[in-house]
Amino acid sequence: MGRKMTAPLVVFFVLAALAVIGAVSLILQKHPIHSALSLIVVMVALAGLYLLMGAEFVAAVQIIVYGGAIMVLFVFVIMLLNAGVEEHTSLSKMAGPPGLLLVVALAGFVAATVARSRTSLQAATHQTGALSSTKGISEMVFKDFVYPFELTSFLILVAILGATVLAQREKS
Amino acid sequence: MVPTNYYVILSAILFGLGVFAFIFKRNVITIFMSIELMLNAVNLAFVAFSQALGKLDGQVFVLFVIVVAAAEAAVGLGIIILIARNRQTLNVERVDLLKL
Amino acid sequence: MLEYLWNIPLLPLLGSAINGLFGAKWPNKFVSIAAIGSTGLSFLCALEAVREFFASGQVLFRKEFFTWITAGNFRAGFDLQVDQLTVVMLLVVTGVGWLIHIYATGYMAHEGGYYRFFSYFNLFMFFMLILVLAANYVLLFVGWEGVGLSSYLLIGFYFLRKSASDAGKKAFIVNRIGDFGFMLGMFLLFRAFHTLDFQTLFDAQHAAGWPVEAYGQFGTITIACLLLFMGATGKSAQLPLYVWLPDAMEGPTPVSALIHAATMVTAGVYVVARSHILFTHAPTAMLVVAIVGCATAFFAATIGLVQTDIKKVLAYSTVSQLGYMFLACGVGAFTAGIFHLMTHAFFKALLFLAAGSEIHATCGEQDMNKTGGLSKKIRWTYVTMLTATLAITGFPPFAGFFSKDSILLSALLSERAQGRVGFALYGFGLATALLTSFYMFRLIFLTFHGKSRFDEHKVHVHESPWSMLGPLVVLALLSLAGGWIAAPEFWGGPDRFEEFLSPVLGYPPIDFGSGAFPIGPTPLFLLEFASIAIGVALVGFFVSWWLYSKKLSKADDLAKSMKPAYTTLLNKYYVDELYATVVVRPLLWLSTNVFWKATDVAGIDGTVNGIAHGARTIGDGLRHSQSGNTRSYAVWVVVGAIVVIAIIFFWPGVSKTALGLVH
Repeated sequence: MGRKMTAPLVVFFVLAALAVIGAVSLILQKHPIHSALSLIVVMVALAGLYLLMGAEFVAAVQIIVYGGAIMVLFVFVIMLLNAGVEEHTSLSKMAGPPGLLLVVALAGFVAATVARSRTSLQAATHQTGALSSTKGISEMVFKDFVYPFELTSFLILVAILGATVLAQREKS
Repeated sequence: MVPTNYYVILSAILFGLGVFAFIFKRNVITIFMSIELMLNAVNLAFVAFSQALGKLDGQVFVLFVIVVAAAEAAVGLGIIILIARNRQTLNVERVDLLKL
Repeated sequence: MLEYLWNIPLLPLLGSAINGLFGAKWPNKFVSIAAIGSTGLSFLCALEAVREFFASGQVLFRKEFFTWITAGNFRAGFDLQVDQLTVVMLLVVTGVGWLIHIYATGYMAHEGGYYRFFSYFNLFMFFMLILVLAANYVLLFVGWEGVGLSSYLLIGFYFLRKSASDAGKKAFIVNRIGDFGFMLGMFLLFRAFHTLDFQTLFDAQHAAGWPVEAYGQFGTITIACLLLFMGATGKSAQLPLYVWLPDAMEGPTPVSALIHAATMVTAGVYVVARSHILFTHAPTAMLVVAIVGCATAFFAATIGLVQTDIKKVLAYSTVSQLGYMFLACGVGAFTAGIFHLMTHAFFKALLFLAAGSEIHATCGEQDMNKTGGLSKKIRWTYVTMLTATLAITGFPPFAGFFSKDSILLSALLSERAQGRVGFALYGFGLATALLTSFYMFRLIFLTFHGKSRFDEHKVHVHESPWSMLGPLVVLALLSLAGGWIAAPEFWGGPDRFEEFLSPVLGYPPIDFGSGAFPIGPTPLFLLEFASIAIGVALVGFFVSWWLYSKKLSKADDLAKSMKPAYTTLLNKYYVDELYATVVVRPLLWLSTNVFWKATDVAGIDGTVNGIAHGARTIGDGLRHSQSGNTRSYAVWVVVGAIVVIAIIFFWPGVSKTALGLVH
């Protein structure tokens, strides 16, 4: 890295390290509740990165929805089900050496793609206000992407119904 | 300025870790969380490219991804609860009634 | 009628169809009416056609009724023609055929499958008439194959008997071997001349341009003729394809009379005579024909000497007489061959029918050792059979004398390059006449004379009904008078039959002025020649009278003293056994082991089953991917994702294409 360690870069590395540590922790923890907490760390780190990039609306949504709703849901379920330390079984033949190979292959591909990219994209400008994030996004959502927007609301309705049906106690 | 490459590499690392967890963890809830991790990694890439290209399309897509992830989490967790109730286990290897 | 020539074959076909489709439920009477009616009508149409032919001045009549095959320059049509040769064949086939139909209504009256018999019989008539009327080789071959089929059906008529169905198969298969040669001959002719039409092929101008191939030179025409003759060997039961004819006696006697005496077996002679222009350009082929014919005649006669079944004796006699016809064609006397064909049809049919009458009288006894003394009991049968025997042995004034005499004369005087071949042919022909006389009279003596060797109480001998005796009498009259058409030759006049056929067949190339034999055909010479033949026949008569007419002990002693020769002859020179070992068993082995086990079971079945087995194995293997284990499924998902990434990574431009589709 032959560039100056500017402040944004430092912040980036800190947040990135946080995210990676969180992800690794998710893998290494044995109790699912610990994995959930690690995931929350990752999400917060990512929210920070979004802020760094000037996407404040997305950062806010990330915290509110992902961190505040989805992860809470996860934690609730883990506690509801009294999930314990996960037992060690190895019945699957495919997970194991082949799986490892695949992960390596995946990493390899991505690395190769990144290495291949001829132009290293630079941020054009530091976007904060020039294209006001929230205003711009809302304009796009309600003008260009209004159909997908409506469909997603429909999707949420369906999900609510589904979740309700699935979680009902059996009628005895 | 942080070069976009760095974000992409970070996104790739997170994605790879998500895949690793997806393959190697045995608790069904943990597997689900790894899926969320993968989605987050992709969101990061989207936002990074959105910033690089100067257009907001990427962020709009991130919005949709989050919405869908939420819906999916709700339904998925509902299913997991049912499985846990029926099979008394959260070990995904024990849920093998489809075995021939 | 000439314009409607197709009526002649069509009427029997109609009869066959009616009997075949509806006859099962009809009483015998209706079936007989359909059968005899259709054949009789066909005979009348034939007579009318002949009358018209004569009225138009004996001009060749040929009409194309419809085109059957056109392929490029090749055209084969349903063309029928009438010329002098056709007239002879037509009258013989329809006339004798009709008589035998009448006889069969009496003979088969108590048999099951009555309608089936007449359906096949009429079918045979249809095909034979097609064969005779055809104006090109292709249509002739249709008739050729068809008579083979009908023969198979009729020989195996009592199909519940294994020997009968085996005989039918044998006939068909051996015929097929000959047919193979015939087809190759046709192909060769087509390749050389680009037509298979008789009129075009045998046009005199056309033929003048062909080379006469020398002895030993196997040019196109020679080979084509030899191949055609191979077909004739099969159909007309000559060496080496004669083996089916004795076995064909398993069929009912009318079948033996019609098919294996009068008509089908003569098809080979007809073809050779019809193709005489080709044969005269191929002397090698003619020599082969003559030698094969002569050898067969002698060979078959020797076997006939010791057979005990009356029908088998007649079968070998047929083979022998056919040999005579081929001998005649081989030395260039085609008219003599056809003449003998005609007279042979009369007396051989009569012999078979009379034998059938005798079998009917003794309620099924065919073994001559068990019969005897029947002459007084079945007078009509005896008299007609005796007439036929006198005809076949060549006693004047019966028909056989004139035709056989004509053949022997041609053989002797044939201008074949080496005069000695002609003499050898004559010598063997004469010897065959001796043997013929011997075994025919042996047949008469054993069957009709001497003490009766059967149980009088078990077998009630009765004369046959008039439906059977009528045709016998008619044929006897024909056997007597049939040869008189050639009689004028003896007092200096022309042979009328030869004259009649000369526009088609030409005159026999008997060169009386050549060095082979300095004497010309004066009436004296002919008389001397004839007396040699008659003398030989008389010798045969006396020898068999001495051996067979009184006690049979002399015959038995003679047989014992010549035991090896006797056994060989009795077992037909073991030819069937030879064929079985050399041809049949290797073929069976080949078919079983190579074609069935190796190719069909292992190869084809193996491939198909192997593919199925392979699919199953692959399925069994792939089944393990559906382990029910979710983690494995997760891995497979990742595998799929990586495949897609790999494609995008490695395939240049695909990601842009994909994006282009999305846009």
